[in-house]
Amino acid sequence: MMYRRYRVSPMWREMDRLQQEMSRLYEEFRPPRWRVAPAYPALNVWSSDDALLVTAELPGVSSEDIEVSVVGETLTLSGVRKPDELKEGARYHRQERGYGKFSRTLQLPFPVKVEGIEASFKNGVLQIHMPRAEEDRPRKIAVKTA
Amino acid sequence: MTQNVKTMEVEKQEVTATEDTERTRDCRCFVPRADIYEVDDQIVIVADVPGADENSIEVTLEKNILTINAYVEPVAPEGYSLAFAEYEIGDYQRSFRLSNEIDRDKIQATVKDGVLRLYLPKAASALTRKISVKAG
Repeated sequence: MMYRRYRVSPMWREMDRLQQEMSRLYEEFRPPRWRVAPAYPALNVWSSDDALLVTAELPGVSSEDIEVSVVGETLTLSGVRKPDELKEGARYHRQERGYGKFSRTLQLPFPVKVEGIEASFKNGVLQIHMPRAEEDRPRKIAVKTA
Repeated sequence: MTQNVKTMEVEKQEVTATEDTERTRDCRCFVPRADIYEVDDQIVIVADVPGADENSIEVTLEKNILTINAYVEPVAPEGYSLAFAEYEIGDYQRSFRLSNEIDRDKIQATVKDGVLRLYLPKAASALTRKISVKAG
C-alpha cells in the first residue's frame, strides 16, 4: 500500500474512496449480533430513558475479583480470571478455556449517578445498573399560556 | 501448568445443526468451552455455561455418550432496549464420548459462577496398578 501514497494517480484515489464507501455500507448493514467485542469480556448494553444496564458473561470469575469503576462518563470493568488449582500430576487432555487479566472501558452515552450504581453477579453473569444523572435527565418544560 | 495457559476468547461458537434436525427451542445454542484434565483417579470436565444454574443444567449419560445441556433464559429487562450487543445469550450443548474406564455410578456434577464441573471417577479395574519388583 505504501507505494500509492507517493505517486497517487487520481484513479487510485477514486478507487480508495469507493472502497471506503463500500466498507462503510457493509458496516451499516451488519446485523448487530455480528459486532465483535474488541477485548474480553463481550458486553451487552441496554438503555432506557433514565438508566443503563451493562451485562457481561464472566464464567469462573469470582465476584471479589471483579472491579467496576465509573469516572466521568467512562465505565471501566477489570478483573482476573484465575485458572483451576490443579493437584500435582494433573494432566490436561483438552484446554479451551482461557485465563488471565482483563480490562474494558466503555464510553457511556450520558453521565450517570455514581452513588446509584449497582452491580450484581449471578451464575457467571455480571449486571451493572447505572441510573442517569439527575441533571442530565430530559426535562419537561411546561408551556404557559400568557 | 503455565505452558498451557490460553488467552480468553470473546466469541462463542455455535452448535452446528445435525442434518434433518432442528432445535425445538427458539434461541441459539452454543458449544461451551471446556477443559478436561486427569488427576490420579478421576477425569474432570470443566465447562463454561454462564447464565445457567443447577436447575437449568441437564447432564445425561446414554451408553457412553455424556451430554451436557444447559438452558439459559434470555433476559430482556423491561423498559430497556438493546443499545448494542457483543454477545448473544443462548443454550449450551456438548457431548463427549467416554471410554469404558469410567465408573458411571459415581459421576458427580457441580456448578458455580457459571462453570460446570463434572467429576468422572475411573473404574477400579482401570486404575493403574503398581507392581513391586522383588529381588530374587
